[in-house]
Amino acid sequence: MSDRPLVPLEQLAPGAHAIVRDIRGGADFSGRLAGMGLAKGARIEILQNAGRGPVLVRTHETRIALGRGEALKILVEETSDEPDA
Amino acid sequence: MNRMPEPAQQERMLLVGLAGQPNVGKSTLFNLLTGLSQHVGNWPGKTVERKEGTLAHNKTRMRLVDLPGIYSLTAHSLEEQVARDFIIQEHPDIIVMVADASSLERNLYLLAELLILHVPVVLALNMLDVAEAQGIQIEAHVLEAALGLSVVPIVATRNQGLAELVAATGHLASNPDTFHPARPQIAAPHRQVLEQLKEMVAGQVPAPFDPDWVALKLLEGDAEITRKAKGWAGKLVWPGIEVLLRAHEDAVLDIASGRYEWIGRMVRAAVTRPRFGQVSLTDKLDRFAVHPLWGLVILFSVFAAVFWLTFTLAVPLQEWLDVTVIGQAREAARHLLADEPGWLAALVAEGILGGAGLVLTFLPVLALFFGALALLEDTGYLARSAYVMDRFMHALGLHGKSFLPLFLGFGCNVPAVMGARVIESRSGRLLTILLAPLVPCSARLVVLAFLTPAFFGTAALPVALALVVLNLLVLALVGIMLNQTLFRGQHMAFIMELPLYHMPNARAIGAFVWNNTWAFARKAGSFILLASVVVWALSYFPTGTLEQSYLARIGQTLAPLGGLMGMDWRMLVALIAGFVAKENVIATLGILYGQGGGGLAHTLAAQVTPASALAFLTVTLLFIPCLATVAVMRQETGSWRWTLFDVALLLAIALGAGILVYHGAIFLGMRG
Repeated sequence: MSDRPLVPLEQLAPGAHAIVRDIRGGADFSGRLAGMGLAKGARIEILQNAGRGPVLVRTHETRIALGRGEALKILVEETSDEPDA
Repeated sequence: MNRMPEPAQQERMLLVGLAGQPNVGKSTLFNLLTGLSQHVGNWPGKTVERKEGTLAHNKTRMRLVDLPGIYSLTAHSLEEQVARDFIIQEHPDIIVMVADASSLERNLYLLAELLILHVPVVLALNMLDVAEAQGIQIEAHVLEAALGLSVVPIVATRNQGLAELVAATGHLASNPDTFHPARPQIAAPHRQVLEQLKEMVAGQVPAPFDPDWVALKLLEGDAEITRKAKGWAGKLVWPGIEVLLRAHEDAVLDIASGRYEWIGRMVRAAVTRPRFGQVSLTDKLDRFAVHPLWGLVILFSVFAAVFWLTFTLAVPLQEWLDVTVIGQAREAARHLLADEPGWLAALVAEGILGGAGLVLTFLPVLALFFGALALLEDTGYLARSAYVMDRFMHALGLHGKSFLPLFLGFGCNVPAVMGARVIESRSGRLLTILLAPLVPCSARLVVLAFLTPAFFGTAALPVALALVVLNLLVLALVGIMLNQTLFRGQHMAFIMELPLYHMPNARAIGAFVWNNTWAFARKAGSFILLASVVVWALSYFPTGTLEQSYLARIGQTLAPLGGLMGMDWRMLVALIAGFVAKENVIATLGILYGQGGGGLAHTLAAQVTPASALAFLTVTLLFIPCLATVAVMRQETGSWRWTLFDVALLLAIALGAGILVYHGAIFLGMRG
């Protein structure tokens, strides 16, 4: 793990790549995300984030829409890599 | 010569569960495998559909149960709970898991959970064509070797690989001892605590639950298992377990990421990807479809096109059916029955043809709307509309997912109320159900489409649109109001997969249109026919003239209320008849005003003033939901209190709006 700061997924701009490092919000929330591919260690790409409204991310070749509040609970480390597909 | 029954082993009916994540082509596969043997029911005590069918292949006979599409086996939703209970309680011989090859890793998460349950699994690898189109190559036999279980490539849409899949299932069922798959292990830092938990729950977990699995689910924070285990463990043991669990609350994240690491190892040798990710068609389309501005423009254009098509194509057809076909049938009926008693001719011409017959003329309108809806769903666009609408739905205390059932409400409120099941949280589901009847359903829209040209001529379309907008504003206001009061402080998580766009499947759309229009036709033939005859009888007896009928008497008792909204008793009766089914509004008007020639529209235009017409249309849109909707609301909320609260709320809103609109229209200079 590197020392880059963790930021909420909600703050990343479209096109940004990142790795999920922590998910707040309880077992139920993180469990639901895990089934869709969003787990700790997942590489993601932000597809859409207009600064308000929901955020669209891609991970494991899956497009997941997240409400703004949900995107705030997912802490990521920005990278310059391609997302793992 | 009759032969003795086959030996028992060959006769045995296998119980096979078909599992898979959503949007992996599982339904297509199920339909192909079971064909006409399908049987649809409900899971016991649950509002989730249970589909079963049988198939025979060589000497293998199977009872196939289609499990709901689920992402994991942790009970986050009713669907996941149902699937899990099936595996634990009904002991299927085999689970056939369908995976989408184009997003293999995410799909295998469900496999990882299935393997932990120790149920024999055959993996059907579907959509290899989609994966290849994205440059992803998967070698099934390499994956098979890594996982240690049968992996059968199939293309369900082209009926390929099904025989091999059935054969693999039959083979595994006859040789259960050969099943030794790789299984994911829990990450090292949590291994010790898991062992501790296993010891603590051992001996307390009743059959058919597996104590090791229960221990793992406890560590994952599974709400249902936690509740159960608390009961099993009792007051002496549970506190110790709870302390241990609280100290390892973060384990859930590591367990999930551990499964993905395991999946990564399993697929590494089998999957080749393009070195540089290409931008897929879906991502190109999504740049516009979910864009904060263009997404809205597209959404409104799509909906406008749906309604425009309905108005320009189906409504003229409906008019022709009404004036020409039904009109001539009524003439013919009067002619044929001229020698019979007067009431019989009146029953057939006015009651049956003028009521239920008139309602049937709306079939083309409905077929077109459901066709458009199925097309949007099947291409993958409908999920995008939920994304685009999310930020607006938040004002109502809902999120994007609630938009889907509410939009379905434009077709019919009954599936809208049932569609609220897609919302995970109970309060979100309840609020969506309460708002669903405020979506103008096709039955109310056809009343609107039929009556606005009659009353307002060339201004019909703007008037109709304004009324629909008014209706939706009321929906928004009620939503905001409920969100600020009864549902205050409830937050619901919006998490939703946006599937890949794909070419629509004509068969799937055809089936959807057929099922829905046929349900409507059946309703017209039963419910509405009965209501038409009752309304007609009340309007005909005792004297044979409308003015002295029972119906006139009922209507006249309510006349003071109608007077406030500029409506005469016939309109009030039509509204009340609409409670049985909204289509009855037209059927009843047809019976009560139907004496003139040239179709109902012309008769109404001559007898009803514009202000009254406007008030009538407003109340029709907002009035209490139909009987079927009320019944389904009760079933889905499980509460008469909430159901009756909503009915009373809608009644008050409708009457209030009717009074306001009537007096407002007169104030603005309309003829009252």
